[in-house]
Amino acid sequence: MSHSDGEPTPFERVAERETSRTDYYREILDRNVVAPLRILISDTRGLFGIGSILFFVFLGTVGVWLTNQPESTQYILLPPFQDAAHPLGTGRYGNDVLLQLIHSTPFMLQMIAGGAVYNITMAVIVGTFAGYKGGRIDEFLMTIVDMIIAVPALPLVIVLAVIFEPTNPIVVGIVITLPSWAGLSRALRSEVLSVRTHSYIEASRTMGLPTASILRHEIIPNLMPYIMINFVNAARRVIFASVGLYFLGVLPTSGIMNWGVIMNTAYETGSLYTLDTAHWIILPMIMVVWLSYGLIMFGQAADKVYNPRLRARHATTMTQETARTEEAES
Amino acid sequence: MNWYIRRTLQALLTVYGVITFTFVLIRIMPGGPMESMRAQLIQQHQGSLTTEDMERINRIVETRVNIDPDQPLYTQYVDYVSSVLTGDLGQSTWHQAPVMDLLIERLPWTIFLMGSSITLSFALGITLGAIMAYKEGTILDVGLSSYSTFMTSVPYYVVAVLLVYFLGYQWDYFPIQGRMAPQTTPGLNYPFLAGVAYHLVLPVISVVITGMGGRALAMRGNSVRVMGDDFIRVARLRGLKPRTIAIQYVGRNALLPMYTNLMLAVGFMFGGAIILEEIFGYRGLGQLMYSSIGNRDLPLMMGCFLLITMTVVIALFIADLTYGKLDPRVQSGERHESF
Repeated sequence: MSHSDGEPTPFERVAERETSRTDYYREILDRNVVAPLRILISDTRGLFGIGSILFFVFLGTVGVWLTNQPESTQYILLPPFQDAAHPLGTGRYGNDVLLQLIHSTPFMLQMIAGGAVYNITMAVIVGTFAGYKGGRIDEFLMTIVDMIIAVPALPLVIVLAVIFEPTNPIVVGIVITLPSWAGLSRALRSEVLSVRTHSYIEASRTMGLPTASILRHEIIPNLMPYIMINFVNAARRVIFASVGLYFLGVLPTSGIMNWGVIMNTAYETGSLYTLDTAHWIILPMIMVVWLSYGLIMFGQAADKVYNPRLRARHATTMTQETARTEEAES
Repeated sequence: MNWYIRRTLQALLTVYGVITFTFVLIRIMPGGPMESMRAQLIQQHQGSLTTEDMERINRIVETRVNIDPDQPLYTQYVDYVSSVLTGDLGQSTWHQAPVMDLLIERLPWTIFLMGSSITLSFALGITLGAIMAYKEGTILDVGLSSYSTFMTSVPYYVVAVLLVYFLGYQWDYFPIQGRMAPQTTPGLNYPFLAGVAYHLVLPVISVVITGMGGRALAMRGNSVRVMGDDFIRVARLRGLKPRTIAIQYVGRNALLPMYTNLMLAVGFMFGGAIILEEIFGYRGLGQLMYSSIGNRDLPLMMGCFLLITMTVVIALFIADLTYGKLDPRVQSGERHESF
C-alpha cells in the first residue's frame, strides 16, 4: 500500500476539475431556479400560471403598500368603468371595490400558503412512510387515513370553525383543510408502492441507510411532479372552501378582508336583485376563478420542470455530458 | 381476515371514532359548547345560585347535549355514546324539539338532491371523457379538454349564485328558493313530483356543470391509457367489433379507477350541501346545519354533523361492497412486504 506512486487510493482521489465557490452557487441557481423558470415560461400554460401567481403576489405586497385602505365614500354603488377615481365601482357602503379586492389579497395568500404547506407536509410524511414501510405499519396508517377520508370535510371544518372561531389567516388555512391531507397521502402512498422495489432503493436499503434518508433522498425526489400538482390542488381547495365559508358567514367575518367576505356583504345587502349592483359580487368571483385557474395552469406546466431532459436543455451550466449522466441517474 | 368483515369493522370504527370526536369537542374543549351553554344558563339565572339551581341547570344541559356534568368523565362518555347509538341526539335549543326528529324530516331531501347531482355529473362526465378519448387530438377533444380544465377552477357556489341571479331573479325561469311547489301534497302525484323536479334543476345544474369537467378529464386519461394496452391490440386483431372493444374492453377497464374518484366525491358533495342548499334556500340537512350555526344551536349543529357523516360512511360502505363484486382483485387484499 504505497501512497507515493501508481494509482491513488480512493481516499486520495480528487476531482479533475476545480469549482470555485461562486461557480458552485451559480450552478445551483442555474439548475434549480433559472432552468425551471425558463421551462415554465416557454409554455403558454406555464406563462399564464406563473404570471397570474406573480400578479397576485404583487397585488398582495406592493399593491397593498401603494394604495390606501378602502374607506366609505359618498359614492354608493357606483358601476364599474365609469369614474377614474373608482375604476371598478363602489359597494353599498361606498367602499371602492378595487381597493377591497387588493387589500383582501394578503389574507388570501397567507391562508392559501398555510393550508397548502400543512396539507402537503402531512400527506408526504404519512403517505411516503406508509407506502415505503409496508406491512402492518402501512395497514395501520391506511386504516386511519380511510377513516378520515370517510368523514365529509366541510361539515367537520364548519364545526371546528364555529367552535374555535379562527381569525389568523394561516390558522384559518390549516383549519379549513384539516382533514384533506388524508386523500393526498393515500394517493402518494400508491405512487410510493410503484417505486419502492426499484433496484437503487433496494441498494440503499441493503447499505443500511436510515428510512428517513431513503425517503428524503430516493423516494420523495421521484414523486416531486406528483407532489407539485397536489400542492396546487391543495391551494385550490383552500381557496374554494375558505371563500365558500366566508361567503356564508360561517367563519368570523368582522374585521377580516377576504374575497369571500366581500361576496358575503354584497349578498347580504341584496346585491343579487338588480343588475346595477351585481359587479360588487361578481368581481370577487372573477378573482377566485382567475387565481385557481392560474394555479391549475401552473401545476400542469410544473410537470415539465421535473423532466430531466427538458431541464438539461434549459440549463446553461450543463454540458451535454453532465446532462446525460444526470438523466441516467434519475 | 375476510375482506367483508374487515370492511364492516372499519365502517363501524369510523362511526365510533366520529362519535368520540364529537364528545371530545362538546365536553372537553375549554370554552366548547357545553361550557358556554352552562355559562349562558348561569348568567340568565338572576341572583345567587343554590345547589338546586345548579342541578336544574345541569339537567337542562343533559337533555340538550346528552352529557350530565355531575357524572364522572367515563360515565358521561358511555352515556353519550349509547344515547347517540340509540338515535337520541339531544334537544335543539332553538326549535325546542328532539334533534333526531328535525333531521329525519330533512334527510331524504338532501339524499335526493345530492344523489341526483352525483349520478348525473358522473354519467355525463364519463360519457364526455370517453368521447374525448376516442376523438383524441381533434378540435373537439382540445376544445372540451380546455373547457373541462377551466370548469374545474370554478367553485360550484359561484355557478350557483350566477344561476340564481340570471335564471331566477333576472329572467324568472326557475324558482329562486324552496324544495317543492306550494300547495302540493307530498306523495306520488304529478303536481308534487313536477314541482320537486322544477326546484331541483338549478342546484343540480350548478353541481353538474362544475363537477363534470374533472370526471371527464380523469375518464379521458384512463381511456387513452387503456387504449394503448396490448390486450386492446389483440382484441382488434381478433376482429372484434369496435363497439364491443369500446364498451367491454376499454370502457370497463377505464371505469374501475373512477371508483376512487366517486368515493371522494360522495363526501365532498354531501359536505357541499351546506353551501349549496343555503344559496337555493333548499330545506335539506345542509340548510338546517347552516341555520343552526346562525342560531348558535349547538346540539342541532352537532346532530347535523353526525348525521351527514353517517350518511357518507354508509354510502361509502355500500359503494365499497359493490366494488368488491366488480373488481375481485381488491378482496384478495394488498399486503406489501414490510421494510
